[in-house]
Amino acid sequence: MTAHLIVNGQDHEVDCDPNAPLLYILRNDLCLTAAKFGCGQGMCGACNVLVDGHPTHSCDTPIWSVEGKQIQTLEGLGNEENPHPLQQAFIKEQAMQCGYCIAGIIMTAAALTTRDPEPDEQTVRQALNGNLCRCGAHNRIVRAVLSCHA
Amino acid sequence: MAEELGVDISRVRMIPTKTGVSPNEGYTAGSLSMQHSGAALRHLSAQLRAAEARVEQVVVGRSVPRFDIPGKVFGTRHYIQDLRFPGQLYGRVLRPPTRNAQPQGLDETQARKIPGVIATTRTGNLIGVIAEREEVAVQAIAQLAEECHWTPAETPPLPNEQALPEYLKSTPADTQTLHDSGNPPTRDRSTTTIQARFSRPYLAHASIAPSCAIARWHNGTLAVWTHSQGVYNLRAELARWFDLPPEAVQVEHVEGAGCYGHNAADDAAGDAALLAQAVPGRHVQVMWSRQDELSWAPFGPAMAIEVAVELNDREEINHWRQEIWSNGHSSRPSSQGNPPLLAALDQGKQPVPSSDPPLTGGGGSARNAIPGYRLPGLTVVSHVLQEMPLRTSALRALGAHLNVYATESMIDELAERAAKDPIEYRLSLLADPRARKVLERVAEAVNWNASRPSAQNGAASAHEIQTTEHEINAGPAGKDRVSADRATAAGIDAGRFGPAGSNGSNRAGSNPDGPSQSIRAGRQETTPTRGDWGRGVGYARYKNTGAYCAVVADVEATDSVRVVRLTIAVDVGQVVNPDGVRNQIEGGAIQAVSWTTREQVRFDRHGVTSRNWEDYPILTFADVPSVVVELVDRPDCPSLGAGEASIGPTAAAIGNAVRAALGVRVGTLPLTPDNVIAALP
Repeated sequence: MTAHLIVNGQDHEVDCDPNAPLLYILRNDLCLTAAKFGCGQGMCGACNVLVDGHPTHSCDTPIWSVEGKQIQTLEGLGNEENPHPLQQAFIKEQAMQCGYCIAGIIMTAAALTTRDPEPDEQTVRQALNGNLCRCGAHNRIVRAVLSCHA
Repeated sequence: MAEELGVDISRVRMIPTKTGVSPNEGYTAGSLSMQHSGAALRHLSAQLRAAEARVEQVVVGRSVPRFDIPGKVFGTRHYIQDLRFPGQLYGRVLRPPTRNAQPQGLDETQARKIPGVIATTRTGNLIGVIAEREEVAVQAIAQLAEECHWTPAETPPLPNEQALPEYLKSTPADTQTLHDSGNPPTRDRSTTTIQARFSRPYLAHASIAPSCAIARWHNGTLAVWTHSQGVYNLRAELARWFDLPPEAVQVEHVEGAGCYGHNAADDAAGDAALLAQAVPGRHVQVMWSRQDELSWAPFGPAMAIEVAVELNDREEINHWRQEIWSNGHSSRPSSQGNPPLLAALDQGKQPVPSSDPPLTGGGGSARNAIPGYRLPGLTVVSHVLQEMPLRTSALRALGAHLNVYATESMIDELAERAAKDPIEYRLSLLADPRARKVLERVAEAVNWNASRPSAQNGAASAHEIQTTEHEINAGPAGKDRVSADRATAAGIDAGRFGPAGSNGSNRAGSNPDGPSQSIRAGRQETTPTRGDWGRGVGYARYKNTGAYCAVVADVEATDSVRVVRLTIAVDVGQVVNPDGVRNQIEGGAIQAVSWTTREQVRFDRHGVTSRNWEDYPILTFADVPSVVVELVDRPDCPSLGAGEASIGPTAAAIGNAVRAALGVRVGTLPLTPDNVIAALP
């Protein structure tokens, strides 16, 4: 089938199985590789993107369920010329080690700060609790999110 | 380099290693990059500069922002998983559901009918699929998994997870005395021997990214893109396996996610090379599933340690004996015996039990088994298992995790017996000013003397240690004699105070099927309580040649052991990039909290059962402690690696903090409620 997707504000027609997980379409058809495969089971958050503003595990979200919805990836959040405050904060705090989990974390944090522009530390930790980081960069990441409104 | 060259740091670019192009530096491992490669580059740069005068640049000692971070926050920098070659195909593999199971009656017709499937492959026990699209490869391998029936191994290939220390101690092993001071225990009537047992389960590297590689065969040559830690050694193994001259194999490193040692990076490269044979000329990417990453990658070995310390009548140490049982800590490609890649094992190659690097190279099981303290007599014995039910290899810090846990637990016990403050006691046994400094610095940072009611803790717990004087003239000399001593002397036995050697097999591990217990519930019967908060310290010099690190942990032990705060002082010699050191030290410490308080590979007698993040939980944002890192800069000393130094001391500090909180010494890791309750008196 041909799926109609709206990604980072742009319309795309993609020829794929309607049950194909969104993650593979983003990464392989649209060349948006920021979202990562981590577990394929919605347990680690590495693949998180925003669908109509909500953090969504793209690894187990079928294409048919997101047709016509607003999909946002890290690439659509900002870029070097026009960075999102979170992206600036993550650079300033050097908030990662390997960084594989970071795209999913920034997208989860973006949904949080849109909903609650001045979250406290507990709120940030709870919001990010479904995003796994193995390198132990958690505290830097929390500092980066909190510094956005500091 | 920038400083030595006298150029702006932005003009220095690090490039990934590639066989035939880059120098062969073995492995990127062991916290040696700064010590070896860094020092070499620095010398080289200085030589270059000597030939040409440049402007002075001060770089060393400054926190220079990382060049890779902008690309990672904007999603433009590529990891190996993001690499896409023109016409690239996607391969996936299916491994047996249990160890040594044989595939029976596989029907590939349904999978082959899926549009976009190029080929299905089967070599030995390894089933593979190659497809035009990634999601099709995933779908096809799921189809094959459904249609493949497996015959489990006739003899259960795995030991009893609930009795790992007993398994380790009863399995044929290569036993070596790695250190003997020639100053044996006196076994005098006036002496007392304190003993303790410690163990940890198998641990998974558990990278957030499943391992991945790309391979392409072309005119009898093989090209591989990998996140392996040693491209030349991987090349040697691939050449051996496919019977090619090394020059016919090119292996190029591409950045991957954090791997924390020898994970499945090399195995994924083997899988890709094998699958790509079916489609010469095409690039084939293989990425492992999460389930395979957690259950088929090499594990950090399970370990058991016994420590026996002989004290004289003034509570001074006469002799320290540390004995370790473990599988080897390396089965990297081209390590001892040339261990095959996993796909070659699937094809029927015989496994090679993992081995230990020599102690002079940092050791494996015995890494940090030699305590850094002044000890009149010291014996270190290691038993490296000669069979390997679960594949083991290098996991960050190797044996230092449990050796430092064991040593520092024992040191804390000895301090209590001597009614001394734990830090003062350590200082009394440490001559090296750098060791002393990190302890003093961490004590100062937490205001140790004011905050720790040491007299109360010491007095309260001292009476719980039951000790028996040595019975001299009993039993023959040598090892039997040591066993006889064990039966009579008393000490800490896998966490429970009481006669050593009793009841050892029934309380290791937690019940995988039963509900998780709460420490609070388990303590209802016990007295006395000291509140649920505890503070403990841990110290080690990594490998006895690397960075010095002291950690103070604050824990709450109510329903479970929760590490609230870590304060760390570290001396890595000359600090090149302070923020980089902090990041590594804090990251290592947080990973150690996760290992020490909750991680264990689960398995039954046939296979690994912890195959996703629910079965193998790691520390998450809500439970991560706050961390303070104090750097002791030594501009005149060579730089030392920071990646592994905080692991052992953090684990030890947590164990000692639990002791302070609950009055119980838990020898069985992880410090889950079940293991803590099992250790309660």
